[in-house]
Amino acid sequence: MLEQHLAALPILLPLIAAPIALILGRSSFSWAFATLISACACLFAWQLLDLALANGVISYEVGGWPPPWGIELRVDAANAFVLLAVSALSTLVLLYSKDSIEKEIEASKHTLYYTAHLLCFAGLSGILLTGDAFNLFVFLEISSLATYTMVSLASDRRSLIAAFRYLVMGTIGATFILIGVGLLYMSTGTLNMLDLANRIDIAESGRTINTGLAFIMVGVSIKLALFPLHMWLPSAYTYAPSAVTAFLASTATKVAVYVMIRFIFTVFGVDHVFGSMGMDLILMALAIVAIFKCSYKATVQSDVKTVLAYSSVAQIGYMILGISLVSATGLMAGLIHIFNHALMKGALFMAVGAVFYRVGSVDITAFRGLGKQMPLTMAAFTIAGLSIIGVPLTVGFVSKWYLVTAALEQNQWIVAALVLGGSLLAVIYIGRILEAAYFQERPDSQNTTEIKEVPWLMLAPMWALVLANIYFGVDTSLTTEAASSAAEWLFQNNEMPLGNQAEAK
Amino acid sequence: MNSVIPFLPLMVGAFAAILLRGWLRNTVMLIAPIVGAINLMGLEHGVFWSLEFMGYTLEPVRVDKLSMMFGYLFHLASLIAIIYALHVKDTVQHVAGLAYAASAVGAVFAGDLLTLFIFWELLALTSVFLVWARRTDRAYSAGFRYLIFQVLSGVLLLAGLLILAQVNNSLLFNQISLQHEGIAQIGAWLIFFAFGIKCAFPFMHTWLTDAYPESTPSGTIFLASFTTKVAVYAFARGFPGEEILVWIGVTMACFPIFFAVIENDLRRVLAYSLINQIGFMIVGIGIGTAIALNGAVAHAFNDVIFKGLLMMTMGAVLHMTGKINGSELGGLYKSMPKTTILCIVGAASISAFPLFSGFVSKSMIMAAAVAEGYDVVWLALLFAAAGVFHHAGIKIPFFAFFAHDSGIRTTEPPVNMLIAMTLAAIACVVLGSFPAQTVYALLPWEHDYQPYDVTHVLTQLQLLFFSALAFVWLNLRNMYPPELPSTNLDVDWLYRKLVPSFAIKVASTSYNAYEKMENSAINAIKRMSQKSYDAESDKPKGYFAKLWPIETMVVWVAVLLSSYLVLYYILS
Repeated sequence: MLEQHLAALPILLPLIAAPIALILGRSSFSWAFATLISACACLFAWQLLDLALANGVISYEVGGWPPPWGIELRVDAANAFVLLAVSALSTLVLLYSKDSIEKEIEASKHTLYYTAHLLCFAGLSGILLTGDAFNLFVFLEISSLATYTMVSLASDRRSLIAAFRYLVMGTIGATFILIGVGLLYMSTGTLNMLDLANRIDIAESGRTINTGLAFIMVGVSIKLALFPLHMWLPSAYTYAPSAVTAFLASTATKVAVYVMIRFIFTVFGVDHVFGSMGMDLILMALAIVAIFKCSYKATVQSDVKTVLAYSSVAQIGYMILGISLVSATGLMAGLIHIFNHALMKGALFMAVGAVFYRVGSVDITAFRGLGKQMPLTMAAFTIAGLSIIGVPLTVGFVSKWYLVTAALEQNQWIVAALVLGGSLLAVIYIGRILEAAYFQERPDSQNTTEIKEVPWLMLAPMWALVLANIYFGVDTSLTTEAASSAAEWLFQNNEMPLGNQAEAK
Repeated sequence: MNSVIPFLPLMVGAFAAILLRGWLRNTVMLIAPIVGAINLMGLEHGVFWSLEFMGYTLEPVRVDKLSMMFGYLFHLASLIAIIYALHVKDTVQHVAGLAYAASAVGAVFAGDLLTLFIFWELLALTSVFLVWARRTDRAYSAGFRYLIFQVLSGVLLLAGLLILAQVNNSLLFNQISLQHEGIAQIGAWLIFFAFGIKCAFPFMHTWLTDAYPESTPSGTIFLASFTTKVAVYAFARGFPGEEILVWIGVTMACFPIFFAVIENDLRRVLAYSLINQIGFMIVGIGIGTAIALNGAVAHAFNDVIFKGLLMMTMGAVLHMTGKINGSELGGLYKSMPKTTILCIVGAASISAFPLFSGFVSKSMIMAAAVAEGYDVVWLALLFAAAGVFHHAGIKIPFFAFFAHDSGIRTTEPPVNMLIAMTLAAIACVVLGSFPAQTVYALLPWEHDYQPYDVTHVLTQLQLLFFSALAFVWLNLRNMYPPELPSTNLDVDWLYRKLVPSFAIKVASTSYNAYEKMENSAINAIKRMSQKSYDAESDKPKGYFAKLWPIETMVVWVAVLLSSYLVLYYILS
């Protein structure tokens, strides 16, 4: 029974649990419940990845209606891989949020937070698992609406404006996706992704379908905060509660990247999107500008959350760059970076949240002297920061390695150099914070005795992520195996030559 | 195999030093290099540990005679440096010193470029704390400049190894050589420069003379022992017999002499002389015959000991008097007789007096240069050898311990410092007197060389005699550059003064231009949106709203959409 419906469980479990969390009323009850649900979902995601790696694709017919009429859930290596990352992050963030939100969200809204988190998680799982283009839009809206709520929950009132901006931009993005899906439906008469892929006959009504593609790409680009459509992100990440930021930064944009991969590779086909539409040019240009422009912006911010937010946009640039290289290795680099970036940004935002918990501010001046006051938190921040820079033995290095390899494979020497150059900017913005934490004295005006380590419930998930950063940086077998089989599988469905695959083992 | 990974004992020692205090830490720190050296004896040649990483075979530990020799050397050097640092009550220095030594050991046993890169960066990260441990503003900024150079070297190495990995489909660290086709050529040169920076090539040497003298008395001993020697090892493994190295080496052997002669800070004099000694080794590697390579690594071995000894005596002077400038010192032999004698032993070794360690290795390189027909090189090396005797052999002891009496009265340094210096001095004499049983036995290449024959000894003695004469004569005539409190300009003036004043202007102008362009673009978009939508003036205020109003974001959405469509239109 459980086996049979395994594919639907990561969506249904949090979706059903969300209203229950609201009904439970007490903050601690709903915290325990939400964490439990998320942990179960994580377990199922693990099993799904196992199954997908062993058996290939799992197809699940929702309500017993066979595709293409009914909604189909399709689990393959690519989405099971991302789903595992998302559900693991969700569980860790929930563990972390019990103490963290006490300082950042009013007590009366705590249950609302857990409900919204579960809804967002359900939506993200849905986006990942569904094999139906319209259904994807529905889940996108579920997760987005929950996200807007979560951003606006912060007691800092500026979060309201940030949430509003996010709402407007997110809605435009969703609308664009809907328009795109509508155009596709108009010319093909189907919504199932595989069916769509079979029926997209470019010769017949090319203009409608290509316009649809353009709309979808722009819509998804807003959702994943591709430069220059990223401007909702820094304010939303800055003013949202830290736990929310940690969750969103490590999952929401990543899922949107996955959606882009899905539409490019499964629905439209590489040949069409990159070959005849030439979208790789635009994506690559935007990705490179994102890496440099936003890394630069990150170096001049004074609010550490904003620094990390801009850094997120830059890191998304790396993922898109991987996709735009149009090779199995490039795609693999993008997928690996989705997973790895979730680990690093999750840990970084958790550490920043811990600083807010004790110091009450995340301005860079608030970090002064914290190396002595909060050694564990700052050590976590340091290691995750090194990972962002791409120091060996951390996951960041693995990502950069594959990205550079992919670029070299295509003889894109300049791109490879730019990737390494972008890391130098990361050295600056992480270095500024580390310098404040370790080399500057705490100003006397603040009472230093009160600042001590945060509760272990905040430290444990943070360090779990930090250790994962190191573990997956050394033992790359799980990530590379999953990502390379996902990348190969996605490329297999395309008639385009695979290029040199010496790298993808 | 009963042995563990070679760098493990030292690394464990470093971690233990974080937790332990007092005599317990001292014991652990002393035991770590001894255990490490015993561990080395049990290692068999060959690949000790290999693994698969991202599709490449890595050999994090590979043992052969070359790495073994450096392994023993680094354990010996770290033991001496640790003894020297025992009296220091500073966790940072102890931990950084041990971890630094462990990284150096790890680097010389690395069988692949990726592992080498990791230890390469660890060397930089651990050693910079030894500079910062002085805890002065000068040391702090010197440490940062040092770190930038070291990290730059690491980045070059990484870039080079990525290219080579792509071309050769292998990461193993064997001979690289500079002759390649196409893109591999760039990779090989990148690695060459990465090694070159760490090796203090001319124009890339400033980090060394900048940072080493700013470190603590005991920190400098660690610094002088490892970083450059790892680079020498890397050259010996990666680029033996590259002719360009001969000429680079000759330059390195000669140019520091001029700086060393006029320099006032005696530890900086030693830093220059360090570059000069590395020059000899690089010449040996560049010549590339078995005897030359043997000479190079043997000289690296001896140099660590005698340069360490000299650095230790100067450190002792600095520790006891708080002064290190030649102009402020003098006459110390009265209060520090033992240190004086030890310093003279070191000076004799570096000047390659027969029966001292410098002689047995330096003469090998010189002999190899003659044998391969590098006559000019041989002459230049002779000049360099005379110069070494001048600035390191005579100047250091003379200005610190003799010369005019500065009136400073102090005592001998702490016992542990004396023990460390004595150990090093004994090693200098033993290595110099019984080379066949000690250093020659470790040499990696097959060879047959006898240092103590009439020609070698006579040539060297003549050389030493005449340069001593020159010093005495110049001094009597008052023509020798006096020790003055001064600042000497080296090429680091380029980036410490010229670049900040000139290049920043260029950079800011070009950035301003870029900003103007960007601003005008944004303004154009703003104007466009206001024209088309007739925006009301009651926009939401606030930082983010002011910077990027929603309508601007939406305009970007439209721009992106239309650019997709236009591109499609053009392509189809």
